[in-house]
Amino acid sequence: MDEFILILRHEDGGKIASPEQMQIWMKQTMDWIGGIAAQNKFVSGTGLLFDDAKVVKYNGFVTNGPFGEIKETIGGFMIVKAESIDEAVEFAKGCPVLQGDGNSVEVRRIAKNDGVH
Amino acid sequence: MEQQELIPHLFRSEYRKIVSVLCKRFGFDEIEAAEDIASETFLTAAQTWGLGGLPLNPTAWLYQVAKNKAKNYLLRRTVFENKIVPAMKIDSEVVFETEIDLSPQNISDSQLQMMFAICHPAISSEAQIGLSLRILCGFGIQEIAEAFLSNKETINKRLFRAREKLRAEKIKIEFPAPAGIEERLETVLTTIYLLFSEGYYSVSQNKTIRKELCFEAIRLCQMLVENKNTNKPQVNALLSLMYFHSSRFDARINANGELVLYDDQDTSLWNNEMIIQGVYFLNTSASGDYLSKYHLEATIAFWNTQKADTLEKWENILQLYNRLLQIEYSPVAALNRTYALAKANGKAEAIIAAEKLNLTGNHFYFALLGELYTGIDNGKAKEHFEQAFLLAKTVVDKQAMRRKAERLSK
Repeated sequence: MDEFILILRHEDGGKIASPEQMQIWMKQTMDWIGGIAAQNKFVSGTGLLFDDAKVVKYNGFVTNGPFGEIKETIGGFMIVKAESIDEAVEFAKGCPVLQGDGNSVEVRRIAKNDGVH
Repeated sequence: MEQQELIPHLFRSEYRKIVSVLCKRFGFDEIEAAEDIASETFLTAAQTWGLGGLPLNPTAWLYQVAKNKAKNYLLRRTVFENKIVPAMKIDSEVVFETEIDLSPQNISDSQLQMMFAICHPAISSEAQIGLSLRILCGFGIQEIAEAFLSNKETINKRLFRAREKLRAEKIKIEFPAPAGIEERLETVLTTIYLLFSEGYYSVSQNKTIRKELCFEAIRLCQMLVENKNTNKPQVNALLSLMYFHSSRFDARINANGELVLYDDQDTSLWNNEMIIQGVYFLNTSASGDYLSKYHLEATIAFWNTQKADTLEKWENILQLYNRLLQIEYSPVAALNRTYALAKANGKAEAIIAAEKLNLTGNHFYFALLGELYTGIDNGKAKEHFEQAFLLAKTVVDKQAMRRKAERLSK
């Protein structure tokens, strides 16, 4: 069994969604994670806050960001256990973030540091 | 209290105090000596009180006798050591210090320190529970054997090996350093919870012993709450959880010692006093920023004391299980989470989630699928209950599954 990271990218939903809509998304996300955890496939994961976010660039140049430059930002990540990349992709397909047009979940196998990967 | 109940009662409450204080004084190396002196003290009490009547203050009497026996033991040991180890004479003041401190403070500290010594990660959890039952709960070997559905010889061997192991590890009877207390407390809480579960879920038919196990676990946890070193939020949460569960003790086992399922329980048998205690400790557990699995389980247990079948109840339970499973997976939590999912989000979604659980060796898994398919596809529901019947291990569980399957045939 390998570990995969699911990287959730989305547009800033705060501008278009009502608090009720956000409440629904929150429940859907919690149920999605709970469903993976109920299969004993959840490793870790969390959301990423936008407050005080900074981007450090070449030459130590620091900007507030990553807003304005790119449309999608990383909203959170989750690490799961899966038999194959296909199984990890199935987990990703259930992610509520994908209800938003233009949003995505990137699935990457995590290196094991075993000298091979 | 009737005289015939007095000695067993005192044994249960005072044995651990005497053993803990003496063992702390002697060192863990001589734990058997401490246990022997405590047992002899009760033997002397039984003989003396039987002939001469009860003393005015039986507890003080026990302490005095234990003290004298311990002093004699220390003097004998000192003389012996002085003869074969001449170097000991140099430090004669220390060597002849035979005072035994039976003050309430030392009794309380010694018991808790003993708890930490016994619940040491060096020995298996089975051994930890066994030693806890023997030393902290004053259980006889026969009672421990009954609780574990084992025999006296096996239990004696297990306890002997555990003591040897703790001796070899040079375990000290002391509080862990403040920095390490959270981590060590984790093992202590696990042992207490296992002790409780041993009573609550045990296959043993002896209802009295099962109840005693649960109450002893509560008593030990209560001691942790009463001491400022160990009165942490997660300890309060575990205490709350055990009170909530215990509130249903009389409702969940019928006169024949058979399990009564939650939905079929007579709620008038639920113990309200215990539910109030559970709520109290759930409130006191709500501090700090560490959310333990006991907090989540206690809150789930709280919702289970609310019999009304509301969406609010099931949505809360679902989210609590979602979080619990992220902290610690267990098949039972996965199954319960899926049941809550059906209640909160509907059966269709729950069936899809259930079929991903991969618990096909577990009869509760098929019982759950049976429940979920009932009313949607009764044919499938029946098949699942029949499969659950085949996998069920106890007569009561088998009967329950057969009834469910038969109900669908009509």
